[in-house]
This record gives sequence, structure tokens and C-alpha cells, in this order.
Amino acid sequence: MLNDLLLTLPITIATVWVLVLILCEAFVHNANLTRWLTAIGFAGIIASIFLIPSPEGYAYGTMLRTGTFTNFSNFIFAVSGLLVVSISDKYLEEEEINFGEYYIILFISTIGMMLMGSAANLSVIFIGLETMSVALYTLAGMLRKDVRSNEAAMKYFLLGSFATGFFLYGIALIYGATGELALPRIAASLQTNGVSTLFWIGLSLLMIGFLFKVSAVPFHQWTPDVYEGSPTTAAAFMSTGSKAAAFSSLIIVLSNISIALPNNAVLQTAFAYIAVATMAVGNITALTQDNLKRMLAYSSIAHAGYMLVGIAAGSNEGYSGVLYYALIYTLMNVGAFGVIAVLERHRTLTNASDYAGLFKQHPLLAGLMAVFMFSLAGLPPFGGFVGKYKVFAAAVEADLTWLAIVGVLASVVSVYYYLRVVIFMFMRDPEPAPQANANATGSFALVAIAVIVFLMGIFPTEVLKLADNAMKVALK
Amino acid sequence: MEIGMTHYLALSAFMFTTGVIGVLTRRNAIVIFMSIELMLNAVNLSLVTFSHYLNDVQGQMLVFFVMTVAAAEAAVGLAIVISMFRNKQTINIDEINILKY
Amino acid sequence: MIEAYLPIFAMIVIAIVLGVLLLTLGRLLGPKRSNSEKMSTYESGIEPVGTAKARISVKYYLVAMFFIIFDIEVIFMYPWAVNLREFGVSGLVSMITFALLLLVGYFYILKKGGLEWN
Repeated sequence: MLNDLLLTLPITIATVWVLVLILCEAFVHNANLTRWLTAIGFAGIIASIFLIPSPEGYAYGTMLRTGTFTNFSNFIFAVSGLLVVSISDKYLEEEEINFGEYYIILFISTIGMMLMGSAANLSVIFIGLETMSVALYTLAGMLRKDVRSNEAAMKYFLLGSFATGFFLYGIALIYGATGELALPRIAASLQTNGVSTLFWIGLSLLMIGFLFKVSAVPFHQWTPDVYEGSPTTAAAFMSTGSKAAAFSSLIIVLSNISIALPNNAVLQTAFAYIAVATMAVGNITALTQDNLKRMLAYSSIAHAGYMLVGIAAGSNEGYSGVLYYALIYTLMNVGAFGVIAVLERHRTLTNASDYAGLFKQHPLLAGLMAVFMFSLAGLPPFGGFVGKYKVFAAAVEADLTWLAIVGVLASVVSVYYYLRVVIFMFMRDPEPAPQANANATGSFALVAIAVIVFLMGIFPTEVLKLADNAMKVALK
Repeated sequence: MEIGMTHYLALSAFMFTTGVIGVLTRRNAIVIFMSIELMLNAVNLSLVTFSHYLNDVQGQMLVFFVMTVAAAEAAVGLAIVISMFRNKQTINIDEINILKY
Repeated sequence: MIEAYLPIFAMIVIAIVLGVLLLTLGRLLGPKRSNSEKMSTYESGIEPVGTAKARISVKYYLVAMFFIIFDIEVIFMYPWAVNLREFGVSGLVSMITFALLLLVGYFYILKKGGLEWN
């Protein structure tokens, strides 16, 4: 058992640390101290991933998977958490919700994500998913005096638990069809006993749960409302960490099960159509949005579509592309939400027109926002371009050239609404400009994100190699 | 007539469908949440049935976790409903409609 | 198999028929002399105050939530308690760890004033 604790060191550290955080908040009751301790916790997780990377194998029987895939996904979640914590505090003070609990709940949510990213058993995926989601429902409703935040939390909560019901029924049916909950043993049972109708129904229900969490069409309606109503920094976390977690779980399930399925064509076609619908709806609806938070919500739907292209490809290439995309999307989207949080005042000043002439007042902020917008649009030389290239190339290799073409067309459409923000910032005359509300850590984090997004676009090889490695060993 | 696995599964599917219909047709947030709980418990029944007939303990183990998760959801859900009610004096989801495009 | 349930079915029928019969007879044959005392909620009890739809303090919900959370954790102790000997020392250590996790939550509630009633 001690050995298992060491094998899953990031999760162990996080679990022990969250107890420290809770006790600290209970006895010292100082939000700033809790924030710093949370940041230290995330940094500790990242450090442990690099210093003591876990070897390939299983921990706790076959409950958790360890190895390169887990290291990579845990890294994404910890980075997402660390960045969100570092851009949060000024915003929270402004909105008068600077509670230590915000950081603790964020940390707990990350534990759920790490469980999802290292699960080898459907029950662990379920527990991870719920740990993550229940914490996120609370974060969405953190602005408890604001009706919009209440509404966001209510919608997220009701729809999220509704989707959980389907997810769980899917698990039950798969269990009934194969007699197993551990993914490797499910695959073995499918290979010996064949694939039954019950299993297909179960798998479809399971996929509904996943598609809801990644906000794919037709399960996307909650996304804009929840992102708009939630605290901006919490929306940054929801759109990045939880999406990456759902995708890594999806990859784990598919890469385990697909070797046992007689033909992947059905699954591939289904994901391809969902990807097309998601890209189309996300991008086209984003064109008409004035509120930047809603715009980023629809853009996050569109990005889920791009990642689903990699899932539809169904190859190691595609999956590692999704991993890379999840990392770069985490960086650029936290950055974009971070800039919005700096300029937002009590839920106002979030429209694109409020950013008119921002370049003249706050050149640095405008420059950062431009970098994030270019990267989200997938323009070279930024990281977003490499991510898109990787998933679309995987689709071409998997004989889904038409899907790659649709993806490129969708990205072209998306350039319009991202560039609209940039045009407002650089080309329009300033109106009474919003005051920037940032401190040293927040500004430093935003600049660091922009630099990394830029570097990942110019020198992507090392990170791509890590993502490729993660898939090679995981699938073997 | 022997009461067998099919009967339990049919009952479970019936409960699950009742829950889904409840979520889709009811307008009171608490009642919707109760319907969701009904869905979860329907799944629990399925899991226990499979577990019993497969002679395998994993399914029943998962049921414990589902019950715990349902309790956690209930606590968070009640908190959200209360904060909603304090601000709006209603929990009818038709009247919760500020966020719209 | 289904015949085994026949006595229960018969009992349900008898119970329903008897209940309906007695209530109807009472209504038909009994004298009706009502006054305000008799019509009040508790004829010989405390005077009812206010309406039944009064708001309840939100603190009750808080207590209810704590109860749900801590109550449900006990279900993890049943499987352990049933197989106490097989699990041995490692089971005991696990359960102590589990109880300590709950204790942390309890300290949080205590320090945040969740159990204070004023």
C-alpha cells in the first residue's frame, strides 16, 4: 500500500495537502495564506511529476494507471490550477468573494481531475468525475449574492447531475454486459465473449456523459450560460481543466476498448459527425456574441470540436494531438479569461466594444490579449496552430480528409470573431477606458503564459515528443 | 412465475425513465433534483442486480460510492437552491432566465 | 410461485374493504354535532399558532446537510466491520485514516461556526 501511495505521488500529495489547506483555513482563517499554500501545493505536484515521474504500470490493483500518460495529464491539470490561482486574487477581492474556500475547492476539483486522468477502472472515472463536478458546481455559484452566479450554478448543477445519471447507467450496463469494471479486463472480456447490444447501449450512454462534460453538440447548451454567470476566474478553470480531464478519460476508455471492438468504423463515424456539428455550432454562434465571456464559451465549444477531430481519428497520433491541444488550450484560454478578469468590474465591461482603444491605455494588456486571440484562432506562429495542425494531420492519416477540411474551414470562420476583439483594441479610438485591476503575480502569470504560448508555437518539438510518448506507452 | 434478473432490470429501467421524464417535465428545482436522485438509485438497483447474478462484488462496491456521491450532490444542490431562493424568492426554473443570448 | 402470494393479496383486499366499510358506516350512522372546539386541529392540545406554511430557519438545512454527509460515510464502515478479521491491520489503518479525514471536515465545520445556533 505504501508503494501504491508512492506510485501515484501527485494524487497522494494533493490529498494530504488538501487536508492541510482545510485545517489552515479553519484555524488561521486567512485567505491570502490559503492562496499561497494552494499555489505551493500545485507547484509541489508539478515538481513531483518532473522529479519522480511514475513508471509504467498499475497502482492499487488495477484501479489507477501510472506512467507517461498520467504524468502528462496530471501536468495539464496542475498547470491549469496554478495559473488560475495566480490570476484569481485581485478579481476575487474586487467581487468581495476573497475566501480561502475558493482555493480549497479549486484544489479538490483538481484531485478529481487527476483521478480521471489516471483511472484504469470505470468506478474511478465516476468518482473522479463527480469530485471534479461537485467542486465546480460550488465554484460556479461562488458569487452567492449575484443572481446570475446562482443561476449558472443551478443550471450547471441540474444539467451536470442529469448527465451523470446517464453516465452511471452506461457504466452499469457495461458492467452487466462484460462483468467487469476494470478497463483492461473489460477489453479482455469483449475479446473472448464478443460484443453484445447491451454493451453498445452502455457505451453510448457513457459517451453522453463525456460529451456533456466536454460540451460537445448536442450537449452544449449549458456552456455559455454557466461561463457567463460564474466568476470569470472559475470559468477559466472550468473551460480548461475540466475539459482536459474529460478528454483524457475519454482517451483512456477508447484506447482500452477500441482494440477489442470488431470494427471501429461506427465509433469513428459517430465522433466525426459530432465533431463537425460541434465545430459548426460553436464557431457560427460565436460570430454573433458581444459579451466576451459568452464568445469564449462558444469558442470553447468549437475547440472541443477540434479536439474531437483527434478523437475521431482514433489513432495514437490523434490522441497525442488531443493531449497537446488540451495543454495549449489550457494555457491560452486561461490567459484570455485572465485578461477579461483584469478589466471586468462587477460583471460589467465584458463586451468587445468596452475594449475599444485598449492599446492606447494599456498596451501590455492589449498585446497579451492579442497573443491569446491569435493563438485561439490557430494562426502561426502561436501554439494553437501546432495543436490544430497535429489533430488535423491525424485525421488525414486516418482517411478522414473531409473532416480535416471541415476543421480548417471552421478555423477560418473563427478568425473573424477573434480578430474582431483585436481590431477593437488596436484600431478604434479609446472610450473612457477601463482601469486595469492586476497585481504582480497576476501580471507575471499572464506574461509567462503568453511567452509559453509563443514558444510552444515556434519550438513545439519537445512537448510534442512528450505527448507522443504518453500515447505510445499507454496504448502499447 | 420466477422473479429473475430481467424483472429487476426492467424495474430499474422503468425507474430510470420515470426519473428522466420527471427532470424534463417538472419545473421546481427541488423536484427535478429528486428525479435525478431517482435516476441514480435506479442505476444502483441495476448494479446490485448485475452484481448478484454475475456473482461479482465490484458492482456493489460501486453502489456505496454512488450513494456517497449522491449525498454530496444533495448537500451542494440544497446550498445552491437556498442561495438562489435568498436572491430571487423562487426556485421555479421557468423564472430563472436572466442568462440568455 | 405466484400462488404463494395469495394470502397477502387476500389480506390487502380484506384490509381495504374493512377500512372503507367502517369509515362509511361511521359517517352514515354517527351523530354530527360540531362546534369550533371540535373543529380545531388539536381538540385538547395547544392552541395552533400561525399557518403550517411558515418559513423554517435555514439553519435546519445546514444541520440536515451535515447530517447527510456524515451519516452516509458510515456505509463504508459496514463492509469493513463485517469482514473485520480478514482485513486485519491494514484494514484498521485504512479505516483510521478514513475517520481522520472525516475529523478534518468536522474541525472545519466547528471552527467555521457551522454548529453554532445563534
